[in-house]
This record gives sequence, C-alpha cells and structure tokens, in this order.
Amino acid sequence: MTFVRTIWLITRKDLLIEARSKEILFTTLFFAVSSVLVFAFGFVREGRAVEDAAAGILWIAIAFSGTLALGRAFERERQSETLRALMIAPIPRPALYLGKLLGIVLLLAAVEAIIVPLVSLMFQAPLFTHAWLTLGLLAAGTIGFAAVGTLFAAMLVRARSRDVLLPVLLYPITIPVIIAGVRGTSALLQAEVDLPMARLWLSMLVFFDVVFVTLALWTFEPVMTE
Amino acid sequence: MSTPGGDLDFTTLTLTDVTRSFGRRRALNRVSLHARAGETIALLGPNGASKSTLLSIIATLLAPTSGEVRYGPHEGLRAGAPLRARLGLLGHDLYVYPELSPAENLRFFAKVYGVEDVERCIADALDHAGLSHRRDDPVSGFSRGMRQRLALERALLHAPRLALLDEPFTGLDDAATHALRQRLATLRNSGCIVLITTHDLETIEGIVDRAMVLRNGIAVELPVGAGSLRQRYRASLTPLSSSR
Repeated sequence: MTFVRTIWLITRKDLLIEARSKEILFTTLFFAVSSVLVFAFGFVREGRAVEDAAAGILWIAIAFSGTLALGRAFERERQSETLRALMIAPIPRPALYLGKLLGIVLLLAAVEAIIVPLVSLMFQAPLFTHAWLTLGLLAAGTIGFAAVGTLFAAMLVRARSRDVLLPVLLYPITIPVIIAGVRGTSALLQAEVDLPMARLWLSMLVFFDVVFVTLALWTFEPVMTE
Repeated sequence: MSTPGGDLDFTTLTLTDVTRSFGRRRALNRVSLHARAGETIALLGPNGASKSTLLSIIATLLAPTSGEVRYGPHEGLRAGAPLRARLGLLGHDLYVYPELSPAENLRFFAKVYGVEDVERCIADALDHAGLSHRRDDPVSGFSRGMRQRLALERALLHAPRLALLDEPFTGLDDAATHALRQRLATLRNSGCIVLITTHDLETIEGIVDRAMVLRNGIAVELPVGAGSLRQRYRASLTPLSSSR
C-alpha cells in the first residue's frame, strides 16, 4: 500500500466515523458560533465593530474549536484502544500522523465554512474581497495549528489530565501561527488593504507549516513508542 | 497476501532475559521464552502478573528495558512494518470502532494490512464470528461476546504468523467458546505461533502445548505431569502462598 493511500485510508475512516456520530462537528461548530456571537455582543456597538476585532475573534474561534476537535478525535481512538491497533499495523507511522492531521484539518475547514461568513456578517468584515488570500491564510493557519495539535493530542492520549494539558502545551507553541493568522487577516480588513503585508504573513504561515509538519513527522514515531 | 513493506517471515519467537521496569517497579524480570511455528503457549498468572505487558513487548508496542525479542533472525523494533504485518494482537480492549459496522471495521483493517480479496476475507471472518447477519449494524449495539468475536477475527484477518491473544474467552458463550477452541486448533495446524493469556484454564486444557506461569515478573515453565492444568497451576503457586 502506498504512503498516500494509507493517509487517505486513515482520513476516510475518521470522516466515516464522524459522519455517523457528527459529535465533533456539532460540538466544535456550536462552540465556534457561540464564541463569535458572544464576542459580537461585546465588540459591536451601534452596528459598528471595534477596529481589528474581526480578525482576532475569527482566529480565537478557530483555535478554541480546534482544541476541542483535537481532544475528541484522539479520545475516540483511546476508548477502544484503537490507536494501539493502528500502532501495531504495518503502516508507516508518519502516514498515520498525516491521516489524522488531514481528518482534523477537513473538520476544521467545515467549521470555518460556517464561521467565516458569520464573522463577516456580524463584524461587517470584508473577508471575501480578497477571497484567495483569506483562503490561503485560513488553510495555512489551520494546517499549522492542527500539525502541532495532532502531535500533542496523540502524545497525551494516555495522560490522565490530557484535557488540561493539551491547551497548556498547544497554545504557547502555536502562538506564532495565531499571530500570523490574525495579522495577515487584519491586513486584508483595513480600510486600505495592505496586500504585501497579508502576503508576508501568509509566507510566514507556510514557513511555520513546513517547520511544524517536518518536526511532527520526525518526532511522531519515537514519542508514540512507549 | 501482499505484505506491506516487503515479505518477512519467521518460524521461531525467542525472548532472552526480557526485563521491563515502570519507574522503580520491575514488571518483568529476565523473562526468557522460545516458541516454534505451530506451538500454542499459555501465559498464566494472577492478576497484575504483567502478562499483558509481556504481550505488548512481543507485539512491539512496548520496548523492553533490557533483553531481546527475536522473531526468527529479526530483531523486533528494528524490523518495523514488515514484521508488524506478521503479528496479530487481541487486547483487553477490543481495538474495534464502535461507530462502524463489523464489515466496515474488517474492511478498514484488511486494507491497512494489505489483504488481497478484501470482500471474500470479510465474508469469511464474519462467518467465523457468526456475525454475517449483523454485518452492517453498528458495533456499539453489540454485546461484549459479539464484540469479542469480531475483535478476534480482526486480529486474525491477515493470517498472522504470531497471534497474541489476551483473554480471548472473555464474554464468550458456550458455542462461541467451542468455536474459538476449534479456531485455535486450526491456527496451530497452519503453523501459527499462538501466545494466549487466560484464567479459563479448563477451556484451554488440551489445546495448549505448554504453559508458562508469570509471578512477580518472573516466568517459569509449568511442569508437565499428572493432574489438570488448573491443578498444576495451583501447585506452582503454592510455594509462594505458603512462604507468605
């Protein structure tokens, strides 16, 4: 079996389980939409949003709902110890990591498909004016966040206090991703759009992605071997 | 069957002075074992005797603190995916996805193991498990015994050379127990090395070639002699009990 087929096999299995339970999608979506609405009550006065609030709130919603999705995705593998079954299977461990990562990225993409228009509507943020750049920032930011999150969630799967430890470990490491995402999105939402700045932050995100995914692929096998 | 990562086979399993510590606690202390193709060996011992730890080490899920596990001429952790393709593990937890149906679980693992003719293989496995009529129902609605039968078929789906079965009789009814005994006999005839942990000593009487007893991390071979397996097992524990 090829490496790419193995990745897709793992991702497809995760999506099939999610299609049956809809547990992660509904909980993360509910959480993300609730966050955006609560922030909208706080930061929108008389129909006008506080400057630069939309970008920050969008990325906070993605980061928080992403943490929720990461925890549940691996909790599912822990319940019947299916992660052990995957670890003993004759598949390359990096393919297992990438399969789990792709599944989480696709789930977060589904959540973003709802909250990006919602943020745009509630904060009157022109997120679709430069749709390709927005899409690039979201894709690169989500991959960077999920790349670190997937590694940590897998590492913590046997830890008793994994629910507390995951955000404690994840947020400090992914701060560069969140900052780049917020600054890049913010550059697109200014009165005078700063395209060079948005492209610079996008390049930074792509750089973070390459570093984080490479490090995660390198460390996944040793950290998963007990 | 195409073995992912290349062909690797072995006909012996050799453990030499395998020790595993968790912090200051020594779970296994210089355990040695040699098994040949077609042998069925019972690993016996009281609760907490580290039987599952030993199976995890043999399954390459856990590295020994010291000592060596060899699969024929191959060293465990170094051999990687081609070796793992020849191992089948049934754990305490059943390693099946409750949201999926038996057919979907088996299809996923068959593809992971690179099994050829997946659908025929699934049909055979469901037939062995007696779950053909429930092939598309979610596993979450199954009883413990039904899940156990499915988990066993999942572990044996790819015809492993080494089957590691941790408490395989848990939750099985009389008919399923009988079927599993027959399955174990078939595995032995096919040249599979079977290591089995259980407390149902009467059930495995006659189907295991020999037994090892694990106590305080030390493995000793259960002597062959008169009496049932349980009588011999109890006799092997007596010196420890009387010395307390």
